[in-house]
Parts: sequence; structure tokens; C-alpha cells
Amino acid sequence: MNASYSGSNPHTQRVIDINNDDDMVQVRCVARNIARDLGFSLVDQTKLVTAASELARNVAVHGGGGAVAIDVLQTAGRTGIKLVFKDRGPGIEDIELALKDGYTTGKGLGIGLGGAKRLVHEFEIDSRPGEGTQVMIIRWK
Amino acid sequence: MAKTKSKIPAVIGKYEKEILEEWLNTQLKSDNLRPDLLKESELRHQSGEFLALLKNALQKDNLTDIELAEWEPMRSFLIDITDQRIARGFTPSETATFVFSFKQPLFTRLKKEAGDNAQVLADEIWTATVLLDKLGLYTTEVFQKKREEVITRQQDDMMELSTPVVKLWDGILALPLIGTLDSARTQVVMESLLNKILETGAGFAIIDITGVPVVDTLVAQHLLKTVSAARLMGADCIISGVRPQIAQTIVHLGVSLADVATKANMAEAFQQALAMSGYKVARSLE
Amino acid sequence: MEHIPVIKMGEFLLVSIQVDLHDRMAMALQDDLMEQIVKKRARGVLIDISSLQIVDSFIGRVIGEIAAMSRILDAETVIVGMQPAVAVTMVELGMTLPGVRTALNVDKGMELLRTSMKRLEG
Repeated sequence: MNASYSGSNPHTQRVIDINNDDDMVQVRCVARNIARDLGFSLVDQTKLVTAASELARNVAVHGGGGAVAIDVLQTAGRTGIKLVFKDRGPGIEDIELALKDGYTTGKGLGIGLGGAKRLVHEFEIDSRPGEGTQVMIIRWK
Repeated sequence: MAKTKSKIPAVIGKYEKEILEEWLNTQLKSDNLRPDLLKESELRHQSGEFLALLKNALQKDNLTDIELAEWEPMRSFLIDITDQRIARGFTPSETATFVFSFKQPLFTRLKKEAGDNAQVLADEIWTATVLLDKLGLYTTEVFQKKREEVITRQQDDMMELSTPVVKLWDGILALPLIGTLDSARTQVVMESLLNKILETGAGFAIIDITGVPVVDTLVAQHLLKTVSAARLMGADCIISGVRPQIAQTIVHLGVSLADVATKANMAEAFQQALAMSGYKVARSLE
Repeated sequence: MEHIPVIKMGEFLLVSIQVDLHDRMAMALQDDLMEQIVKKRARGVLIDISSLQIVDSFIGRVIGEIAAMSRILDAETVIVGMQPAVAVTMVELGMTLPGVRTALNVDKGMELLRTSMKRLEG
């Protein structure tokens, strides 16, 4: 039995639906507030929120809507924020291609996915054609 | 899941005063006592508060999970006293012992309450031990975290001190870099330069790398990122102290040199910045 | 939906983005600006983003388009006041906004516009 910080933490998970650009602003706002309250530096806050913005847009615009679940992580003395974006969209056929800078299926600059990956410490993507997309990002303090 | 409710909350509620007195006596007689670091009046006050907070937290009958809301005031208190003890020079063990020393008076009281029932006594002592261990270890974790925060802050301060940004002229800043540039240091450097640009409203920043022995592709990348970021803010960067090998590295990175202004030394860079700012240097013969 | 106000300052138009930019607002701004450039015969556009805390790839694209479109309409665009944290993030994202001129603040931005106009008029 250990008496460390792992296990339940005082921050509860926040889930935000993402269906339109008002929702995207909400995601940015909430992510920013949480990062700021946890004492992330301004640059860290900006990187996290920008990554969240990219991924939220993917959900709303390319994914046909979905949601994000935000968790605060406190393990072994490290503090971090985890966001998991899920959408019910068409899924991505070639993930490697999608992560390449310049690749875009729509009107974007094509750096959303790859760019978001560069802004965070941990990045995981799970997507299959016809089964939607899930992207997990973590930024540590 | 306990089959029967623990008697500990009731015992503490009923015998709060006696337990407190016994606990204080134990602490004051202990070898661990540090009267040089903590006054007796303070110890009394803190012990009283600990007990009161313990009594309150136990009202919800949760003796196992100290992360839940009812234990928040106690956790907060433990953070405060740990902070104070760090400041005064206590060791982590001495700090945790404050909590652990509560076991003795509590067990004595539990023994009296359990009477002849050895099984009940054993169970209650086990529950109490686990709980107080958790609380004591919590102070150790807080202690550790605080120490780490201090180290990080000192590291940041050192990095700041070793990367001073100098104002050469109105609107012209210089950043003489000395020593090895690793990823972390370059980030700090980049942010500090950009902030200075914002603060002073500078249009030019000279980044001098004469004093940097090794510039590998990673460092070169960071430097170029700094130049790009400054440009986005509206300031131009000139990199001075560029040795031939560095020029090679930049080219190998696939960056066209036309994008980055470079000069062999800071003097030339300064001259260029002055010229681009519209200044002419004239020598007075008087 | 609120539109971001476009203010005329002599021959230039000034836009100050104070709020977190909705995608819709950004597109509306683009339309408004193009309309105003023609209407007011503006020769330059200053976009003040000193209050903007996030510039993601979409906003970056919109800014790039505004610069390109205004150039076709014979006006220069200058972005002013980018915050350091935003600059660092954009560079990390890979967005360097080529072809978009930048300045530290509105004053410097106007200076930049005036000098470039003078140069053009020779």
C-alpha cells in the first residue's frame, strides 16, 4: 500500500463536446485555465492550447463532431495535462501521411496534426477508415 | 471493506484532550525534539491543530483514502508545516516523525478502549498505523517536491544569469552566448531574448556565438527558431561569430543563408544593425 | 455575431484583435477588410494581435490570405504586436508566415508602411 499521489486526484475529468467553433473556443479557454492554475509557464500554456485548438478543429471540421476529455495528471511528482480527442468521422487512412507537414485534405495549411505533435510531450493517434479518430496528447509542466 | 465501523473516530472524539496532552509529553521528552528550531508554544499549537483536523476528517469515517475531499484541510495543514520545517532546517525524517509520534498516545488509548478484546485491538491498531503512515509519508513527499522546486528555480536563475541580453543602442540588443548550448538552455535563451525585444521595443538583435564551442544541428535549429520567432515579432536578428563549420551546418540544415543574416564578429554585426536602423556614425574632430 | 471593428487611420486601416478568435469571426474579418480596403482606398492594413494569445494554423492561414489578398488590392499588410509565447509556438508549429510583414507595435507598423509606400512611389 503506498501513500503517494497516484490514484484518485482532486481534479475531476472535464468533458467538452466539440461540434462548432463556439465549442472550439471553450476547449481553448478551459485548457488555458487549467494550465494556468497548475502553474505552467506562459510558453507551455500557449503550446498546449494551440495544440488543443488544432485537434479540436480537426474534430469539428473534419470529424463531423465529437468531444474532448481533459484530465490532470499527477504522478511521481510530475504534473501534466492530458487531452483525449474523439470524433465519429471518416477516420484517417494513412496516418503517417497525415502527420506530414503540408498534407491537407481540406483548406488547411496541412500542419495541424504534425504541428500539434511537435507542441506536446506525448502524442498518440488511433484511427481507422470508417471508425473515427482518437488523439491523445499530454504536456508536462 | 471493514465489517464493523472503526472505533478510532469515536475514541479521538471522546478523549481528544487526554490524547493531546499525552502526545505533547511524548514529543517533548523525545530525542528527536528540536527546541532550537521550533518553540514549545508552536509545537503545542500545531499538535492541537493536527488533532482537531484529524477529528474533523474522521467524521466521514474514511480512514483509508487521504486524497478525498474530507482530508483536504489536513493535507493543506501538513503542507504548511512541512514548508515551515524546510525553512527552519528540519530533516524529512524529523518532519514525518511529528505525525508518526502520534501513534503512541493513540495506541495507548485504543488499548484502554479495547479492553480484553485482542482481535479488535489488533484491527484498530492496524487501521491507525496505516492511516498515520500515509499522513507521515505525505509530509515526506511534500518535502521532496519542495526541494525539487527549489532546485529547478535555482537552475532557471543560473541560466538566466548566464544569458544576459545587453542593449547596445536604441533598438539594438546583443545576446553574447558563452558555453555549451543544450536544448533546455537554448529555450531559456530564446524566451529571454524575445521578452527583452518586447520590453525594449528593439528592432534588431545580435546573437553572438563566438563563445560557443560546439554548434551541432540541434543547436543550429534552435538558433534558427529564435531568429524566426523574433522575425514574427517584427525584429531582425543577426548572428555573429559564425565560423566556417557553422556555416556548413546551417547549409546542411537546408536553410538558405539568405534567410539568416550572419557576420563574422559582433562589431560588424553592430555596424550593420546601425546602418539598417538608419544611423550614420560620424567622428567629431573637435 | 460580433464583427471586429476596422478603423481608418489616414491611408491605412487598423484592426485590433482583442478577443479569442472564433473561426467565423476570422472569416468575417477577412471579408470586411477586403471590402473596406476598396471602399476606403486604403494603401495599408495594420493588424494588431498584441492581445491574441493563440495563433493556430487556421488563424495563421487567414492572416496569410489577408496579406496576399490585400496585396492584390494594392495594399500592404503588417502584423504587429505578436507575443513572444505565440511567436515561439508558431515557429514550433512550422508556421513562419512568409510574405507577411511584421512589426513590434502599431507605431513601428505605420512607419514600415510609410517607408514601403515611399519606396514604391520612388
